[in-house]
Order: sequence, then structure tokens, then C-alpha cells
Amino acid sequence: MTGPGLSTFRRILPQLVALVVILALNTAIAPGFLDIAYANGRLYGSLIDILNRGAPVALLAIGMTLVIATRGIDLSVGAVMAIAGAVAAALITSDHSLAVTVLATLGVGILCGLWNGALVAFLGIQPIIATLILMVAGRGIAQLVTEGVILTFNDPGLIFIGSGSLASVPFPVILWVFLGIVVSLLFRSTALGLLVEAIGINRRASSLAGIGTSALLLAVYAASGLCAAVAGIVAAADIRGADANNAGLWLELDAILAVVVGGNSLMGGRFSIAGSLIGAMIIQSVNTGILLAGFPPEFNLVIKAAIIVVILVVQSPASHTLFAYFKHRPGRAPDAAPATPPARETGKEAAR
Amino acid sequence: MKILKTLAGAVALAGLMAGPALAADMTVGFSQIGSESGWRAAETTLTKEQAEKRGIDLKFADAQQKQENQIKAIRSFIAQGVDAILLAPVVATGWDQVLEEAKDAEIPVVLLDRQVDSSDDLYLTAVGSDLEHEGEVAGEWLVKEVGDKDCNIVELQGTTGSSPAIKRKAGFEKAISGHDNLKIVRSQTGDFTRTKGKEVMESFLKAENGGKNICALYAHNDDMAVGAIQAIKEAGLKPGSDILVVSIDAVPDIFLAMQNGEANATVELTPNMAGPAFDALDAYLKDGTKPEKFIQTESKLYTQSDDPKSIYEEKKNQGY
Repeated sequence: MTGPGLSTFRRILPQLVALVVILALNTAIAPGFLDIAYANGRLYGSLIDILNRGAPVALLAIGMTLVIATRGIDLSVGAVMAIAGAVAAALITSDHSLAVTVLATLGVGILCGLWNGALVAFLGIQPIIATLILMVAGRGIAQLVTEGVILTFNDPGLIFIGSGSLASVPFPVILWVFLGIVVSLLFRSTALGLLVEAIGINRRASSLAGIGTSALLLAVYAASGLCAAVAGIVAAADIRGADANNAGLWLELDAILAVVVGGNSLMGGRFSIAGSLIGAMIIQSVNTGILLAGFPPEFNLVIKAAIIVVILVVQSPASHTLFAYFKHRPGRAPDAAPATPPARETGKEAAR
Repeated sequence: MKILKTLAGAVALAGLMAGPALAADMTVGFSQIGSESGWRAAETTLTKEQAEKRGIDLKFADAQQKQENQIKAIRSFIAQGVDAILLAPVVATGWDQVLEEAKDAEIPVVLLDRQVDSSDDLYLTAVGSDLEHEGEVAGEWLVKEVGDKDCNIVELQGTTGSSPAIKRKAGFEKAISGHDNLKIVRSQTGDFTRTKGKEVMESFLKAENGGKNICALYAHNDDMAVGAIQAIKEAGLKPGSDILVVSIDAVPDIFLAMQNGEANATVELTPNMAGPAFDALDAYLKDGTKPEKFIQTESKLYTQSDDPKSIYEEKKNQGY
């Protein structure tokens, strides 16, 4: 059966088209953009850079997708990245083994997520406020751990996570692809995904229907914290130091953007991790393209904003209706469309 | 003649009045911004060190990045009757009122590192570095190092629109203008961070034929240079020889890179702003010598031949 696979493909088709268009634009402005060479035991090229540099946002987007599917939002992920990086650097420099460092750091990430989840699930605080607390306080916690300095380390194992390569592919790329597949399988081959979507549509009704919504919400925020911790380790390992001030700064917004560009609704109730990951790659392709283009830096954000606006407008329900209208315009070849009003139907589907 | 005598008398009288406040038992209040960066932590450490060395009783107030805390601190210093106040202002505006209060109490105020928008008779002097001059020193080093060879430079700018980014860029461009063999081929912002420095350098390397077209990197701060050095290494090139690296700030980690031959030069933004400030205060309180309104600190150039290892050890303990 190719049914489910095909429908997923259909769902993320607009995102794939957007990605291809941006890659084509990049190729037009930077000759050699598509070149991939093999150097120093790893693949080397702008495309590889996009996959590699996009890793933190892609990792964050995995967790963020789940949270947003429950009609929540997690603003704290950037700060959790900073905390995770700080904890990892502090542990490895005080001579703990790599395994202890990584496990403890992931544990801290989960703990941060549980804190957010508890505020949302048990105290009923709105997610945007609940996670705002850690977003603001998190950087302070990270500063306390690093004692206000950029904590550098030289452990080859930890550095490998950020800049090593496995089978000539940069390790961060393997991490996010692997995590994306595992989480997708976990949520899509079981009923978990459905239950998460149910919470997003109507938490009260889900509770009454016997879903353990509080436990699920806790788990979803914990998963987001875990993803943020992985991203934090990657970011710190990449520069061989924990920069509490700047690690993951504003990345929570990029992660939310990746989820939205990936075709997910902030209203929750429906999610596609593949879509979000492609969204993350779209954002990184725009970033890399701007850097390669050689415009003065004053234009960076303007160009980025313009491209994102175009993508979002093309994806919006209103333009779907418009496309459908032109496609099925009366007076075209009679076999082009069924007689039912397709415009409304398409609009409804996109808005779901 | 008579005027001169009167003047001498007045100075002597002023000296007498300031007598009890001589360096030995001087009390100075220091309102610091907070701990926003490693550099500022080092400034705090060095200020305390300088005060101890001179036997000055330093009252330290951390404002946690808030102007109202600084104003409160200054008022409390005035109430305590300190001999002088050091102020590292968090913002440029809104100081007139409290500076006038200090002036009425005849307590000289010295600004550290940053400037204020108030009229300059409200403070004794300002100690700071000239950002444009820092860029110039970096540029001059590169001009000398490269000689007559053609050199394509890539530039990592600070946060777009920030005054260090604008002035360090202008100063560097001034230094290399007139040397047609030096050319800035790419210039992008790296937001003063290691992560962005590395990412932007990666794209520079891709865009300039795998880095073969690049002869030198100029970074507006050391942190971006440290990130870029890693990108250069990962591209299979040797930073420091294949691509020259010059940056500004002189934080400890760049000295490690210099020791390994991966960075070539850095221009120091000295965290010792208090030394010149105390010197000026000493002179003023002793015999009323009025210092210039701006005391420029030295923008010292460090290269690989300056024993980077020992400088690293020395700087490491300053709280960067």
C-alpha cells in the first residue's frame, strides 16, 4: 500500500516546491552552489552546509511540532539550548566521562521540559506564558553554570557531536534525520500521534474520552526539552564552547517558523514532522543563500522576511482558494473539474 | 604678578582642602553596568585590583544592566561622601540630574568606557578607547604584513548598526585605503558571536573558491575570529598561514589560537580603564589639575611574537 506514503508526500508537496525554488535561486546567485566535494574525510559543499547549519533549528522543530500539535507553544527552547550547552561544557571540563556528560545534559533538558509541561498540564497556565518563564530565566541559569564566561572544552568525543562526521556525513545531520525518523515512527505507527492531535483539537473532550491528557502534555513538553538539549549539545560542540549569552538566541522563533513554514497550523490538531524538517531546511537555505549572495548585511533580515512572506502567502488558505478558482474556472475544458464547488472544499481542507 | 600669587594661593588652598583625600585614604564609588560580557567582568576585576594597589577604598555597585540602579548607586555614593565616583554608564541619556547632584556635592565623576550625552562640565573626564583607531591599528598591521602582494580580505562585522561595528569597519578601511593591492572582497555580519562567525566564514570559503582566493580575515572581535578559525581548519586550510587572521579585543582564547599559530594579531581593548582614571583623579584631587575631557586608552597590538602563552595565563584570571 502506497496510500499513507503518498498522502504524506502530497501534504508536504508545497514545502518541497518552495525548497526547490529557493535552492534554484541560490544556484542562480552563487555558481557552484550544488557542488559537493569530498575533503578531509567528509562531504563538503554549500548543500552540506545547509543540512549541517540547519541542524539546531531542525532538532528544535521536531519537539516544537509535537508541542504545537497540542495547541501549545514552547518559547523556552533557545534558553534550554543555552542551559544544555553550559551543563555539557561544565561537566566535561570537570573530567566527567562523555557518557555521563551527554546523559546528564539530556536529563537536564527533559527536566526543563517537565517544568514547562507541569505548568501547562497541571496548573493550566497558557503555554506561551508558561514557557516564557524559562525563556527569560533560562539564560540566567546558563550564566550561573558557566559563571559568565564562554566555557571552552577540548574533549574530542564531545566535539565530534558538533563537528565530526560519520560515513562522511556531518554528525549533526545524522542526528536530526535519525531523531526525525524515530519520532515520526513513534507517533505515526502508534496511536500516540492521534492522541496528541486530539488534545490539540479539544483537550477537554479528549480527557472525557479517556485520554490521559496531562501525562501526554508532560511527555510532549519533555520531548521538546530533550530535542532542545540535543540541539544545545550540537551548538556548543560546534564551537567547542558554551556561550550562555548567545547559544540558541532567538532560535525558538526560527523553530516556530520552521513548523509553520512546514505547513503546520499553530491551532494544533494536526502535524507533520517531515513538513517541519523541510521548513527548517527552507529557512537555512534562505540564510545560506543570503550569505553566499554577498549583499551588505543591512539587507539580510529584509530579504529573509520578504522570502518568508512569499512562502506563507502562497501557502495560505486564501491563495489555495484562488488557485482552485483559476484551475476550475467556468468556461474551461468541461473535463477539467467535477461539478461540485471545489473551491470551498479545498479551502476547508487547507484550514483544517 | 599679583594675579599669579593669588592663583598660587588658591591652588594651595584647594590642595589643603583636598588634603585628607590624598590617594592613600581615598574612597571611590564605582557604579558598574553589570556582568554583560567577559570583557566587563575583566574590567571589574582590574578596577578592584588597581584600587587595592593604590590603597583606594573602592565601593562597588553592580547595576544589573539598569540605569535606575546606577542612579540610586550614585546618590548613595554622594550621601556617603565619597571622594570620587567612577561610572560605566549603561545608556547615554538621562544622566543630567544625577551628575548635577554630584557636581553640587563637589564630587568629581569619571566616566569609564562609554560616553554620556550630558554637557561635559558635569563630569571630570571620560576614559575610553577609540573604536575607529582600533580598526586602524588592525588595518595597519595587515598592510605591513602583506607588503606588495595582492590580498583579498574577508571581513566579519559586528552586529549590524552597532557603533563598534561601524567604527571598527571605518577605521580598517581608512588604514587600507591607498593600498590598492588590499581589497575587501566579502563583508558580512557575524553578530559578534562564535557560532555566526563560523557559519559566515564557511559561506565565505565556499563563495571564494574553497578559500583559495582569500588571503586574510579581519574580524571585528576575537570571538568571531575563533569561530572562523575552526571553519578554516575544517575546510582543510591553515588559519594563520593560508589565511591571515587579525581581530580586535584581545580576549584570552585568541592568545591560545596565536600560540598555536592559528591567529596572527589582535588589537587590545584594554579592560584597565580604571588605571588612567585613578591617575587623573589623583592629580585632580592633589592640586586641581584638570585632565582632558577624553582620555584615550592605548589600543595595543599583540602578535605571535609577544609570548601569547604568558599573556593567556595572565588574562585567564581576570574574569573574561
